[in-house]
Amino acid sequence: MEEKLLVIKNLRSGLEDKEILKGIDLEIGKGETHVIMGPNGAGKSTLGNVIMGNPVYTVTAGTAEYCGEDLFEMSVSERAKKGIFMSFQNPIEVPGISLENFLRSASEEVTGERVRIWPFHKEIEKNLGILDMDGAYADRDLNVGFSGGEKKKAEILQLMMLKPKLAILDETDSGLDVDAVKTVSGGIREYQKDADASLLIITHNAAILESLRVDKVHVIVDGRIVETKGPELIDEIVKDGFAKYEEQGE
Amino acid sequence: MKDEKTVIEDVNREFYDFRFEEGDDVFRVSEGLTEAIVSEISREKNDPDWMREFRLRSLEIYKRTDMPDWGPPIDGLNMDNIVTYVRPNAGMKASWEDVPDDIKTTFERLGIPEAERKSLAGVGAQYDSELVYHNVKKEVAEKGVIYTDIESALHGEYGEMIRAHFMKLVPPQDHKFAALHGAVWSGGSFVYVPRGVSVEIPLQSYFRLNAPGAGQFEHTLIIVDEGADLHFIEGCSAPKYNVANLHAGCVELFVGRNARLRYSTIENWSKNMYNLNTKRALVEEGGKIEWVSGSFGSHTSYLYPMSILNGRGARSEFTGITFAGHGQNLDTGCKIVHNAPETSSYVNTRSISKSGGISTFRSSVVVNKNAENSKSSVSCQSLMVDSESRSDTIPAMDIKTDKADIGHEAKIGRISDDAVFYLMSRGLSEENAKALIVSGFAENVSKELPLEYAVEMNNLIRIEMKGAIG
Ligand SMILES: Nc1ncnc2c1ncn2[C@@H]1O[C@H](COP(=O)(O)OP(=O)(O)OP(=O)(O)O)[C@@H](O)[C@H]1O
Ligand SMILES: [Mg+2]
Repeated sequence: MEEKLLVIKNLRSGLEDKEILKGIDLEIGKGETHVIMGPNGAGKSTLGNVIMGNPVYTVTAGTAEYCGEDLFEMSVSERAKKGIFMSFQNPIEVPGISLENFLRSASEEVTGERVRIWPFHKEIEKNLGILDMDGAYADRDLNVGFSGGEKKKAEILQLMMLKPKLAILDETDSGLDVDAVKTVSGGIREYQKDADASLLIITHNAAILESLRVDKVHVIVDGRIVETKGPELIDEIVKDGFAKYEEQGE
Repeated sequence: MKDEKTVIEDVNREFYDFRFEEGDDVFRVSEGLTEAIVSEISREKNDPDWMREFRLRSLEIYKRTDMPDWGPPIDGLNMDNIVTYVRPNAGMKASWEDVPDDIKTTFERLGIPEAERKSLAGVGAQYDSELVYHNVKKEVAEKGVIYTDIESALHGEYGEMIRAHFMKLVPPQDHKFAALHGAVWSGGSFVYVPRGVSVEIPLQSYFRLNAPGAGQFEHTLIIVDEGADLHFIEGCSAPKYNVANLHAGCVELFVGRNARLRYSTIENWSKNMYNLNTKRALVEEGGKIEWVSGSFGSHTSYLYPMSILNGRGARSEFTGITFAGHGQNLDTGCKIVHNAPETSSYVNTRSISKSGGISTFRSSVVVNKNAENSKSSVSCQSLMVDSESRSDTIPAMDIKTDKADIGHEAKIGRISDDAVFYLMSRGLSEENAKALIVSGFAENVSKELPLEYAVEMNNLIRIEMKGAIG
C-alpha cells in the first residue's frame, strides 16, 4: 500500500458565522498530484488555507493527519517546516527585504540549516531562468511592484527553492499569459521530478495541467467534494462546466 | 582640566555631597532651581564669566516660562523638585541591582561588554573611552579639525567662536527646557571643520557618552565652515539608564556655504526617561544638512530637529524612524524653514508603534515670501504592529509664496494578518514574521546609516519586537 501524506476526514470549517467547508474527505499519497476544480466561491481556496493553517478559518469538525501527525495541532510555521507549502492566490508585498534574502531566511527556517550563500544564489538564478525571469528579480523587494503574473512566477520560484513535500497551488495560472502558463508549468514539472513531491493544484484552467502528470481530479461544489476521478475529468469539466454537479448539490 | 573627570574625583564629590546634605534634606525636598545652585554648577565647571551670566539669565527665563501644554503629558516630571533632576544626590544614585531587568537584558543581547554596561547604566566606573577618543581626535586634528569636549573648548582658542554661536540657534527663550538647558547644561561635544576640509571618517560621540553629566543636559555645537564636509554620529543603541530621568540636551549645527553635514543619531533611552531634546541647524547658501534619526526608548519624547535654510539653494534632508513600545509616548517630527530662494527640503520618516505605544509625527514646513522656487516634499508612514497601538501624523504648513512646490504624503497602516500568515507559511515564526515586516518597513532609514549602526538598529528592532506577542 502506498504511503499517505495527507488524510482529511469529514472536515468542516469556515468563519465564525459561516460554514464554508461542509465535510471534506481527501487523501493525498506521497508523490501524487491532485487537482481541485469547482465554481467560484465553492471553498477551494478555503481548503488550501485550512491545510496551511490560516487562523481566519476555524475547524469545527473532522480530522487531518499529515505524515501520521495531527495537522491541526501544528502552527503555520511548523506546517511549513514539515513540508507544506502554499502558493497564494494573492501573494503579499513585503517591502524592505529582497526576494533572495527572504528565500534564504525561509530556507534556513524550513531546513534548520545554514544556507550557503553562493550555491543558493546559483540555484535561484537557474530557477529564475526556468521561469523565464530576469536575474534582477532576486534583488527586488519581495513581490513589491511585481505584476500579477510575476507574483505568480515568484511563488513558483519559492516552491522550487523550498522543496516542500506537499505544495498547494491556488490558481497559480490565473492572470498568466499563454506563454507564462507554459513556463510556470515547466517550473512545476521541475518540482514534480522529485518522486516524493506531492501537489494539490487548484485551478479553473486545463492549460496548466497539460504537461503535468495528474493522478486525481476532485470537484468541489458548495463546500463538498462531489466527484473524484482520473485526469479524464478535466476535459469533461472544460467541456460541460459544473452545471450537472450544481444541480446535484441542490 | 580633563583630569578632574576621573573616577576618584567623582566618588569624592558624591561623598562630599552626601555629608553636606545630611543636615538639610528636609529643606531641599521641594526646592526649585536657585541662583545658588546654578552658580555652583558654573563654579564647578570653571565657566568663563559670560557663561556664568548666560546660565543665570537662562535661569530667569526658565522661571517665567510655562511648561509646554500641546504635546504628550509630562506631569510625571516633578518640576517643583527640579533639583533632583539637575543634581541627583548621592542617595539617589542607583546601584546595579536597581537597574531595570529589561535594560540589563538589552545590554546582554547587544553584546555590550560588562564594564561598559555599568557605565552606560550610570552606576559603574567611567568607561575608559578617552583613548579611542584621543586617537580619532589626533587623526582629524591633522586636517585642522577641532573635536573636543565643549567645556575645555570654552577656555581655548575657540572660546570666542563658541561664545558667538552658543545657544544662538536655540535661544533659552525658545521653550522651558531650552531655558533649563541654558542654565544647567553640562558635557557634550564641540566640532569645528575649517573651510574646504572633508572629514572622511564619521566622528562619533559614542565614545564620549560616559563623561559625567553627559546624556542628560549635554550640548553639541558643530560648525562646518564653507565647502567643508562632515558626518557626525551621536549616541549608541545601548539604552542609557539614569535615575534622574530627564534629558534636555541641545544640538546646534552651523552649516556654511556649500558645506555638508550629515548628523546621524540613534537614541535609545531607558523607558523611564523624559526626553525633551532640541536640535537645530542653520544652513547657508548651497549648503546641505542631512539628518538621520532613530528614536527608540524613553517614556516620553519631544523631538523635532529643525532646519533653517538661510541661503540660496540650501538643502535639508531628514530621514527618521521612531519606535514606540508599551507605555511609550513618542512625539517626534521635524521642522523646516525655507528662508531663501531655491531651497529644498525632503522628509522621509517611518514610525512604528507596538503594544499600546503611541507615536505621533509632526512636521512643520514654513516657506517664507523670499523663498521663491523652493521645493519641499514630506512623506511619513506609520505602522501599527497591533490594534492597541496608536499612530498619528500632524502636518503643518505655512507657505507664503505661490512660487513653491510643496508635497505631503502620509500613510498609516497596520500589519495585516494576511502578511503574517504569508510569511509564516514560509516557515517563519509569528515573532520573526512581524519583525521582518517591521525591519523591512524601517529599511529606508537603516540603509542611510553606516553598516555597523544599521546592524545595531536592526538588532534593536528585533529586541523591541520580542514579546510583541502575548
Ligand atoms: N475571509 C473571508 N471573509 C469572508 N468571506 C470569506 C472569507 N473566506 C472565504 N469566504 C467566502 O467563502 C466562500 C468560499 O471562498 P473561497 O475563497 O474558498 O472560494 P473559491 O472556491 O476559492 O473561489 P474562487 O474560484 O473564486 O477563487 C466564498 O463565498 C467567500 O466569499
Ligand atoms: Mg480561490
